Amino acid sequence: MANMENEPVLRTKGISKSFFDPVENKVLKDVTFQIERGSFCSIVGKSGCGKSTLLYILSTMDTDFEGELYLDGQSLRGLSNMELARVRNEKIGFVFQFHYLLDEFTVLKNVILPGIKLGKLTKEQLEHEAMGLLKIMGVDDQAMKKPNQLSGGQKQRIAIARALINKPVIIMGDEPTGNLDKKNTEIVFEIFKELSQERKQSLLVVTHDDDFARRTDRIIEMEDGRIIKS
Amino acid sequence: MKLFLILDVALGFLMARLRQSIVAAVGVTFGVAMFIALVSFMSGLNDLLDGLILNRTPHIRFYNEIKPSASQPVNRSLLFQDAENFIRSVKPKDQGKEIYNSKAILQALKSDPTVIDVAPKAATQVFFNTGVIEIAGIVNGVDIQAEEKLFRFSDYVLEGDINDISNSSNSIFIGKGIADKLLVDIGDVIQVTTPKGDISSLKVAGIFQFGLAEIDNSTSYASLATVQKLLVKPASYITDIQIKLTDIKNAPATAFALSKEFGVDAVDIQTANSQFETGSKVRTIISYAVGITLLIVAGFGIYNILNMLIYEKMDSIAILKATGFSGRDVQGVFILLSLIIGIAGGLSGLLFGLGLTALIDNIPFETPSLPTIKTYPIVYSGVYYVIGITFAMVTTFFAGLFPARKASKLDPVTIIRGK
Ligand SMILES: Nc1ncnc2c1ncn2[C@@H]1O[C@H](COP(=O)(O)OP(=O)(O)O)[C@@H](O)[C@H]1O
Ligand SMILES: [Mg+2]
Repeated sequence: MANMENEPVLRTKGISKSFFDPVENKVLKDVTFQIERGSFCSIVGKSGCGKSTLLYILSTMDTDFEGELYLDGQSLRGLSNMELARVRNEKIGFVFQFHYLLDEFTVLKNVILPGIKLGKLTKEQLEHEAMGLLKIMGVDDQAMKKPNQLSGGQKQRIAIARALINKPVIIMGDEPTGNLDKKNTEIVFEIFKELSQERKQSLLVVTHDDDFARRTDRIIEMEDGRIIKS
Repeated sequence: MKLFLILDVALGFLMARLRQSIVAAVGVTFGVAMFIALVSFMSGLNDLLDGLILNRTPHIRFYNEIKPSASQPVNRSLLFQDAENFIRSVKPKDQGKEIYNSKAILQALKSDPTVIDVAPKAATQVFFNTGVIEIAGIVNGVDIQAEEKLFRFSDYVLEGDINDISNSSNSIFIGKGIADKLLVDIGDVIQVTTPKGDISSLKVAGIFQFGLAEIDNSTSYASLATVQKLLVKPASYITDIQIKLTDIKNAPATAFALSKEFGVDAVDIQTANSQFETGSKVRTIISYAVGITLLIVAGFGIYNILNMLIYEKMDSIAILKATGFSGRDVQGVFILLSLIIGIAGGLSGLLFGLGLTALIDNIPFETPSLPTIKTYPIVYSGVYYVIGITFAMVTTFFAGLFPARKASKLDPVTIIRGK
């Protein structure tokens, strides 16, 4: 594990995936790339070119593909569903286009839930941690509210706090600003930028906002299931 | 720690659908309560109906059966010993109904530790007469103290003091049916004719009612001495010996053994009353079947709410999985949810069941044929409560298992994409 620092946080080799619906539709074709530790990357491409499909594979939620996937130096091939759940819990923070918060729990509880699942910190430590994250996101005053009382921009910031609670090796986002207005998009971008610069947090974000992409460290461009430029 | 987390999530989902969850729990409550009330009541009824007969029946009765001799003379002849002997038109031999050597048998039984008590009896058929009316019946000559101890005779006495039977000779307690037919009351004198034609006058000292018309219309009780005098027999004349054992289950085996030992016929309570056991069994089966059906219906209620909840909470399930909850965790959440509903519903079902049985227990139920019964009969037994809650738990577990497995298999990608 000595060379861990040099090992890219995420690495793929020849990832391909087809849907059979009802005829074969090859959505990903031999996708090979890697993400260096601490870099802020964006994936762009036309709608339907396979960005989301790739991201679900990278986040271990979709295991039905060909090729190799290494996360944090570890091959994810052949891991059981339980082990993959553990990997997602510990190493990946996911931010979706829609916020997917649990309306039955408070904001604070939503943020610490993956942390309780991980079980490394006590509830009190997690709450302390979560309050710190909410403060960075500028929504610490909403901690005791239920998510359905908040605006879309606030919800997305809470989702980012939740993605960060277990100090993941990488944050993935599938059009995290796709559903936000210009002002909130700006806020979310600034948060990502800050995480990248100050915490050396690795980020991989799918977006169709060219302006957003242009301001990231690296743009990966996809077309028809292939990476054409990166 | 992990269970805590799963419980936490389960409770969160529960609170989101509190009303429906309560409705589902009430279904379980209803099922458990009805099950307990039904089984307690049916058992009470069983005991009552069995008691009607079984309390009146000795565990073992010794008597002399009228039957042909077991060994006919031809079999004893050395000449025909190796032959197959056919004998037609064998007639029973009248050895009389008297149990010989009764004193020794009584003594032996009284010192047996597995025997609770022994009641000797000298019974005979008679005609009761007043004026021109004749009613066929039976006089039981009994030791009234033993009779009281074994069969609680005084429970069934409507009028009169049972001690009068032994205190004053020529007293008789008659069944209510006889009293009504003969139009006699306490203090009146009735004529009794034995099969041999002897006529005696007996004074009615009391009237009883067992609640079984057949007995109340034909039976009477007097002291042993009175009946022996009636039949012109010595003081050792006894036709039946009735005993109760410490454990009723041993009756058949004990009856067989003692019958051999004393050389008299014996019949045990199980053989004499096999039909009652069948009746009790059927009633028990019916009450269990109804109770279990109710619980299964309640189980469907839980199944429904969980399915609805899973459909509603699809997004939450997807996000739990995306943030690292495994399929098994999600399954645990929904099974726990179902068990919470089951436990809450089941426990309140126990309370309501107890309340319902207590209520039934206080409903007046007075019938002339059952003088000691004042309210509907109820058996209180912890076993029914244990069965009730266990079955509620098992039903809710399975009701929850199928939706929970469905939830555990939900693919988060499909849900997240579906937006
Ligand atoms: N479950 C599915 N079954 C069949 N085809 C699918 C399924 N999901 C996605 N696709 C197809 O895969 C292609 C890529 O989809 P997606 O990865 O969502 O594109 P993007 O996110 O780049 O817009 C599309 O042509 C889409 O129709
Ligand atoms: Mg997409």
